[in-house]
This record gives sequence, C-alpha cells and structure tokens, in this order.
Amino acid sequence: MIALLIRDLRLAVRAGGGFGLGLAFFLIVVVLVPFGVGPEQMVLARIAPGILWVAALLAALLSLDRIFALDFEDGSLALLATAPLPLEGVALAKACAHWITTGLPLTLAAPTLGFLLHLDGAAYAFLLLTLLMGTPALSMIGTFGAALTVGLRRGGLLMSLLVLPLYVPTLIFGAEAVRRGAEGLPTAAPLMLLAVITAGSIAFLPFATAAVLRINLR
Amino acid sequence: MLQVTGLRCARGGVPVLENVSFQVAAGTVLVLRGPNGVGKTTLLRTLAGLQPALAGQVTCTGESAYASHADGVKTALSVTENLAFWADVHAETLPDDLFAAFELDELRDRLAGTLSAGQKRRLGLARLGVINRQVLFLDEPTVSLDGNSVRMFANWIRDVHLARGGCAVIATHIDLGLSALTLELSPYVAAPDAGGGMDEAFL
Repeated sequence: MIALLIRDLRLAVRAGGGFGLGLAFFLIVVVLVPFGVGPEQMVLARIAPGILWVAALLAALLSLDRIFALDFEDGSLALLATAPLPLEGVALAKACAHWITTGLPLTLAAPTLGFLLHLDGAAYAFLLLTLLMGTPALSMIGTFGAALTVGLRRGGLLMSLLVLPLYVPTLIFGAEAVRRGAEGLPTAAPLMLLAVITAGSIAFLPFATAAVLRINLR
Repeated sequence: MLQVTGLRCARGGVPVLENVSFQVAAGTVLVLRGPNGVGKTTLLRTLAGLQPALAGQVTCTGESAYASHADGVKTALSVTENLAFWADVHAETLPDDLFAAFELDELRDRLAGTLSAGQKRRLGLARLGVINRQVLFLDEPTVSLDGNSVRMFANWIRDVHLARGGCAVIATHIDLGLSALTLELSPYVAAPDAGGGMDEAFL
C-alpha cells in the first residue's frame, strides 16, 4: 500500500501528473467571486464560507477521473488486481494519494484565500478544521465514483454527476460549521456530523470501491 | 501445479469457451493456440481470477501472476522505478541481474515514456522476473519484440522460471522455441445458444 501511495505521489509531481492543478483552480475560482458579486466587505464575508467550500469541492472533483483511468488504460489496474495487495488497499491508497495531492494543499491554502474574501477572524480556525476533516471524505467518495466509471469513454462527465450529489452532506455541514464559527454560534453538531461522514466513508467505501473495480475489470 | 476441469468462460456475457480441461505440471509450459477471437485472453483472465468462470474448476497450487497485452508501464517513471514499484507491491527485492536478463542495463535510468515499443515490452516482461510468482498467465508476451528479444525471453522462461519449478500458460501465435505442450482452443468454442451470463447480457 505504501509502495502504491509513493508511486502515485511520484507520478502526480512528475510531468503531466496534474499536481497543483486543483490548487490553481481553487485559487482562480475564489479570486473570480469578488469580480462577480462586487467588492462589498459585508457581502463577501457572508458568503465566504460557502464559496470556499464549493470551490474546494470543485477543485477536488477536477482530478478525480485520473485516479483509476490512467491505471486502467495502461493495464496496471489489472496487474494490481492480481497482485497480493487487496483491491480494498488499492482503493484506500489511491484515495490517500488523491487527498495528499489535492485535499491537503487546498486545506492549507484556504486561510489565505479566506483573507481575500474578508472571512471573519473567528472563522479561520473552523475553516482549516472543517476542510481538514471534510476533504478526506471528498477524496474517498470521489475514488468510489472514479471506480464506478473506470473504463467508460468520457467517464469523467458521468462521474461528476454521480459524485456531486454525494458531496452534498459534506458541503452542508462543512460550510455550516464555518458559518457558525464566524457568528460565534455552537459548532459541535455540524463538526461531529462532518466527522461521521468522513469516518463512515473511509470505513465503508474502500470495500464498495473494490467490489466495483472487480466488476469493471471483468 | 495447475489443474483446470470443465471450465466455461464468457466475455461480455456471451460464453466463448466451454468444457476446457487441462493440467500443467511444475516446470512445464502450456501454449494456447487458436484463431483471433477464440477466447485465449478470456481464458487467461479467468485463470488469473480477473473474471469468474461460468462453470468448472481451476485449482492452482502456488501464486499466480498475469501479464496482459498492456504492460502496466508508467511512462513518467524510469525503468528502475517501474520495476522497483512492482517489487515493493509484491514484497520482493529487485534482483540486479534482471536488467541484464532483459537487456535493460543501459536503459535503467531512462523514463519509460522514451522507450520504444519493444523496449517497453521488455520492461513489462521484466516485471515477471521481479514478482517471483510460480504460475504465469501470459497473453501474447512477444508482441512487438524482435527475434533476438523473443529468444531472450524464451531463455528466461526456460532457464530461470521453469528451472525454479514454475509453470506458465502462454497464448501466442509464434513459435517460442520452448519444448511446450500445445492446446488448440478451437474444439472448445461454446455453442452460440449455450446461454449463461444473462444478467450481464442485458446491461
């Protein structure tokens, strides 16, 4: 599993790997918002948690279809399936690599971008915390979606349609916790629900992903 | 070492082969022959466990490995990195004499993306030397290899793989120069109305 994780990270930073693509997309979307809604500080501060979360979600979505598609095309997925590493482990390693190359940089960049949107001072800690808790779920659910559409022509488009509705709970509770944090309201409930979604998807989705991969490899 | 009885396998929900029975002893090679589309790849994928058999039994003592038309080579990694990855996944060490055996010595640090088709194939086959599996299922391993490389690969199969007690099932159209049993698959083609796999046929 570690070997696969290291290989995927290495591939991501090599030419054509797409590392930083999601991050750049995140940056551009967030910078575009003030151009669209105007520079009023009050308006921006109000919508900042939602914008940051939606942008992070779309940025994570951007690189999902590469998770299995490239391995499927060059045959390594079939070889991995016959290797001693269980496919559940492959799914987990893939999701982990996706999170390290996408979710983690997004989380670290988010406070800077929050500053651009006049995010309330009290909300920075919650922004960092919710993204740290929520982005692993985005990667894991996305890995499942990528497995569903592996081998399909133009599968990336179908995958977006499948995955985005599944992202809704994470988005709602993540953005809600940041908004509550900014307004000084109690945040325990949305944070706990966010943690439940992440823990649940990491616990169950590797098995679902492996089952789907087995069917798609037939 | 490998025993197959009454195997029936399907591709895309349509049965292609039925009643396939054979056995392969340790230290021997079985060559699968048959016209295009007869089901060589399907049979190998079924044997390797990538798809379930509709009927029949496959008993395999020893761990198996599969090599397809695609090499599973990552173009952005170097030759050594590609092989080291498969060694890690299989918890093996990368033997140094392997590079010489597959004539990859001078290509060690080259990115796999800059290799020619034949060199890439050699790299794909060198993976088999890394993973140290006893039962090999090889699907047209010699595609895009020149005559010299084909001999080199046949030598590796005979002198290294078979010598350490392994066995192999190879689908190929050319003569590898190995003393091998041959299984002609044409007599096993499934009758068109053999049915089976209906659930997938609908999808």
